[in-house]
Amino acid sequence: MLRCSTAFSCQITVRLSNVMLQTGSAFLSMSHRRETRGDARVKRRVLNMDITFLLNGETVELSDVSPTMTLLDWLREDRHLTGTKEGCNEGDCGACTVMVTDCDGAKALNACILFMPQLQGKAVRTVEGVSGPDDELHPVQQAMIDHHGSQCGFCTPGFVMSMTTAHLNGETDFDRQLAGNLCRCTGYAPIIRAAKAAASQPVPVWVKDAGRRVVDPASTPQNQPPYAPDNSDALAALYVANPDAVLVAGATDVGLWVTKGLRDLGTVIFLGNCADLKTIAIDKDTVRLGAMVDMNAMGAAINDLHPSYGEMIRRFASVQVRGAATVGGNIANGSPIGDNPPALIALDAVLHLRKGDSRRSLPLEEFFITYGKQDRRPGEFVEAVSFPRQTDRLKVYKLSKRFDQDISAVCGCFNITVEGGTVTAARIAFGGMAATPKRATAVETALIGQPWNSDTIGTAQAEFDVDYRPMTDMRASARYRLASAKAMLARYYADDQGELVSVLEVSA
Amino acid sequence: MSVAKSLPHDAARLHVTGTARYVDDIPTPANALHLAFGKSTIARGTINTMNLKEVKNAPGVVAVLVADDLPFANDVSPSAHDEPMLSDGSVHYVGQPVFLVVATSHLAARKAATLGQIEYVEETPILTIEDALAANARFEEGPRIYEKGDAKAAINAAARVVEGTFEIGGQEHFYLEGQAALAFPQEGDDMLVHSSTQHPTEIQHKVAEALGVPMHGVRVEIRRMGGGFGGKESQGNALAVSCAVAARLTGKPCKMRYDRDDDMIITGKRHDFRISYQAGFDETGRIAGVSFMQYTRCGWAQDLSLPVADRAMLHSDNAYLLPACRIESHRLKTNMQSATAYRGFGGPQGMIAIERVLDHIAHDLGKDPVEVRCLNYYAARGDGLGASGGDTSNQNEDNTTPYGMEVEDFELHGMTASLLESSDYAARRAAVAEWNASHETVKKGLAFSPVKFGISFTLTFLNQAGALVHVYQDGSVHLNHGGTEMGQGLFQKVAQVAASRFGIGLEAVKITATDTAKVPNTSATAASSGSDLNGMAVKAACDTIRDRMAEFLAQHHQADAETVQFANGRVTVGEADYSFAEAAALAYQGRISLSATGFYKTPKVEWDRIKGHGRPFFYFAYGASITEVAVDTWTGENRILRTDILHDAGASLNPDLDIGQVEGAYVQGAGWLTTEELVWDEAGQLRTHAPSTYKIPACSDRPDVFNVALWDGENPEETIYRSKAVGEPPFMLGISAFLALSDAISACGDSYPALDAPATAEQVWSTIQRVRNGV
Repeated sequence: MLRCSTAFSCQITVRLSNVMLQTGSAFLSMSHRRETRGDARVKRRVLNMDITFLLNGETVELSDVSPTMTLLDWLREDRHLTGTKEGCNEGDCGACTVMVTDCDGAKALNACILFMPQLQGKAVRTVEGVSGPDDELHPVQQAMIDHHGSQCGFCTPGFVMSMTTAHLNGETDFDRQLAGNLCRCTGYAPIIRAAKAAASQPVPVWVKDAGRRVVDPASTPQNQPPYAPDNSDALAALYVANPDAVLVAGATDVGLWVTKGLRDLGTVIFLGNCADLKTIAIDKDTVRLGAMVDMNAMGAAINDLHPSYGEMIRRFASVQVRGAATVGGNIANGSPIGDNPPALIALDAVLHLRKGDSRRSLPLEEFFITYGKQDRRPGEFVEAVSFPRQTDRLKVYKLSKRFDQDISAVCGCFNITVEGGTVTAARIAFGGMAATPKRATAVETALIGQPWNSDTIGTAQAEFDVDYRPMTDMRASARYRLASAKAMLARYYADDQGELVSVLEVSA
Repeated sequence: MSVAKSLPHDAARLHVTGTARYVDDIPTPANALHLAFGKSTIARGTINTMNLKEVKNAPGVVAVLVADDLPFANDVSPSAHDEPMLSDGSVHYVGQPVFLVVATSHLAARKAATLGQIEYVEETPILTIEDALAANARFEEGPRIYEKGDAKAAINAAARVVEGTFEIGGQEHFYLEGQAALAFPQEGDDMLVHSSTQHPTEIQHKVAEALGVPMHGVRVEIRRMGGGFGGKESQGNALAVSCAVAARLTGKPCKMRYDRDDDMIITGKRHDFRISYQAGFDETGRIAGVSFMQYTRCGWAQDLSLPVADRAMLHSDNAYLLPACRIESHRLKTNMQSATAYRGFGGPQGMIAIERVLDHIAHDLGKDPVEVRCLNYYAARGDGLGASGGDTSNQNEDNTTPYGMEVEDFELHGMTASLLESSDYAARRAAVAEWNASHETVKKGLAFSPVKFGISFTLTFLNQAGALVHVYQDGSVHLNHGGTEMGQGLFQKVAQVAASRFGIGLEAVKITATDTAKVPNTSATAASSGSDLNGMAVKAACDTIRDRMAEFLAQHHQADAETVQFANGRVTVGEADYSFAEAAALAYQGRISLSATGFYKTPKVEWDRIKGHGRPFFYFAYGASITEVAVDTWTGENRILRTDILHDAGASLNPDLDIGQVEGAYVQGAGWLTTEELVWDEAGQLRTHAPSTYKIPACSDRPDVFNVALWDGENPEETIYRSKAVGEPPFMLGISAFLALSDAISACGDSYPALDAPATAEQVWSTIQRVRNGV
């Protein structure tokens, strides 16, 4: 059984300290607060939880799991399964990729920012569980050997897991599937050759975890902290009663509070079991996305409606991060560089908030008050976001140092309606240009009612100086951000005229 | 023979099954302790007070050490003894280790390390080149100057002159496996250290100093690294020494690995450079003289900066005969991470500057840059083996580098012609021009660049290597040498050599971890020298054993030892035919020693780094690449569309592994020059210290079309099976990506696109603005 890491540490410390004191080494500094930490240990234990999941096909039952123990640390430090690697501990390199299967299918996820309670009732497969029972290699493993897909080998387990998951799911767009795995040695070419070579091979039966759930995650709701309510009513009640709790949706942001910020989260409410928040409802008037819809699911839904937005989501983080990240989380964290809010604002989205039994809705743009401050009251949570069905006039332009898996320096979202050669409506919003996702109201005003031509574009471009005072940081200078915003308006117009506007569409 | 075969990496199966063991994967006893550094938060000053009470009281903390607690040497410098492991009271950069936390878990150590309360007396940090020059903050007494002829006079007399200044950014190694070490205290005062290092002997040396024991008291072992790229040549010292010291003090195994952010904040990176140039040439583009002024920011400690800066000077000619040349190099001391070895070791920075010059000359003359490059090439090698179609007319004329070394093996005439043809350069050059004439927003660029890279350590005594080989009585072979495996396939290549010498299959050869107790006094696996040096040392060891076996069997059969054959797993003596195992068993029973050491030292090299004269390199490795790019002229966004490479690995020991090195190096080199941007703020704090902000190439950044081939040649020098070193040279093929971006920008206006590196989208955009405005 797993012991809370803190408790474990305390025990060890006491023992070692005694030894140390006996040795009397002159330059060792001892801790003298063991009793205090002993108390903390008792208190902490109440906060831990029991979880059951499948690991490489075998049932694992753990009690007393710290709510912020990551799967990566547990695998490596407790289970001594060291095939899964730590490359960055923030979900940006993919060396820790594992396959997690639940009733929705198999996903590649980053184990470094996946908290153990998020695994309740799921099946986890690590690189140690990809070969067959008699050590037969999985086709992607064999192909990686045959095509020299590994050099130093450190990123390889992560690649193998992303490739195994893609192979299982029949995905063959390898640049997209592997965008979240960094390799510093090979230059990727041999890895892609391997992925292609393995694609036509059958899926080995031993990697199929679907339908092998050991326990229904919803059957064991946690009624004590850390909570894991199984529906939004239960969540609403819990959150009102515990307004200081930290809500954990996909943990792609909160995970870093722990792995990088080294924070103690206090009371945690895991939202992963709230199935009713994972609904995507598209009717003739409205598209409504539940807060817990993950970004891969959102991408799939949005792609048909607004392909440019879909293309942006393709570049939004990586398969692994999108598989965990949620629509609600990307809004609720209030980041000025989150890519969803400006696109949704351009689509005239409405945010649906709930506190206890009361609900309210507000235009998404009003949710973002200032940097780090949103219109969300204690105990209130994001339930859904919706936007009207509309003729697709949306273009989303993501500008970043690297095309894939990079945070935007500028994310420009344009939704401009032209009727009879005149601009009749314009909703333009940007990320990365202000302390919040923000509309370009002066630009919109300069466009509306004007003829749709390059003169109008030229006039409207100047209005960006009114709308935005961007900052300079490691991603881009203020000058470049502003110039790029202006360029994006010109690009929208040129795009509308059918001109080639993206280097991504050019080939040799 | 197993050499020249494209066998997979020896650990490929272990890699793909997750069973390849790295330092952090080594099982440790439950009582193992974990370490983390408390780091400085200012760039320059002195520590006034240090309150570590909270650190000591933090959960899991066993001990907290400061400089005064260290029992012996407080130094982890690989060169000048100027790098205290823990601050001696003065602080030289943001992130400098100040105290060491020993705790019961990695997480506990990291958490506690943030709790130190340190008051500083701050001083104004020296961050920029201007700051350093104003303060005369530098390594060595003044600039190094290498000269050939009178460059100034040549430039003054030339028909045309170009000049400019070029900023070249640094680069984070971003090995996927961060720095790591693990020390197990042994009986007596001995210490066993596992270190993710390219230089086990250096680790052994520094640990011995820190523990106050002779080097024989320390054994360092490393089976593999998860990438090195130069970043584990000296940067692992601090972790290994910390672990050893803590292990000695506590009597327990101690492990230290840097969290990724710590790794990027604490460790050194590639040197950034500013290079000003002035070049005189005639109307055909033939260079008469070039003058370079190189400034590099070395950071706070000397580390390997002197040889790095030397190598930048030594590659200022790249492939071009410079009749007159002057290179002045300033090694500036700044309050930043101590810049260190990185694949190419200064060579790339020196090389890209002369490539800039050639590009600038071609632009000035309105000529195709390939034409100007070929015009200025060194003369072809004269032995008729290479250089099909090369110009050999001036064989009796000057063909020396700016440092006085005769270029005897020049391959690029033939390689260039071959690559231009295979890549369809001329037609594509026309197609790009046509595209640019008809497209306003997205422009294309196409560029060729050659590589001539000097092979050998410029510190001549490092060009030596040792090996230890055992043949067991069952015919299996234990192979050990001083080289380290960081992914480059060295172990496999060397095993191929061993298998070839004995005429046996690779399955009979056991590759073993690098171990200072088996082979002593090794050089770092660096300077691309791994296969050259260790391959030869292993060959020597194998041949010693083979000769003993042959002599024994010859005596047994009254034959001449020379006639004993080792091939296909068999040993034949006249009529007799044994399996290798039978032969080994017979030799054992005949009381023949089946264990031998091997040693190799590179011939011919001699070098005076102060005068800048001699033969620093045994030979040169060559390469050529052509890259096509697309640039969005509105935002500067850009990508590589196609790359064609022809690379010279001599007679390759393993062609597929060599091609893997070339592909990977190109992408890494292109990353250095495009998306990989290091940003420090005004306080000297690195702002790009994680993959969220520092962007190495991702999967889709590789060229859409990527044609890589090896040049069909062999090394005229007597290297191991006439192969050539391949680790670093292809890194510089990435320069063609940078030049292609510059070429695309030149479609936006008439003035020369003096693009700085890295060419991020913003940098490209900014250069386009200048070109459009005619400046």
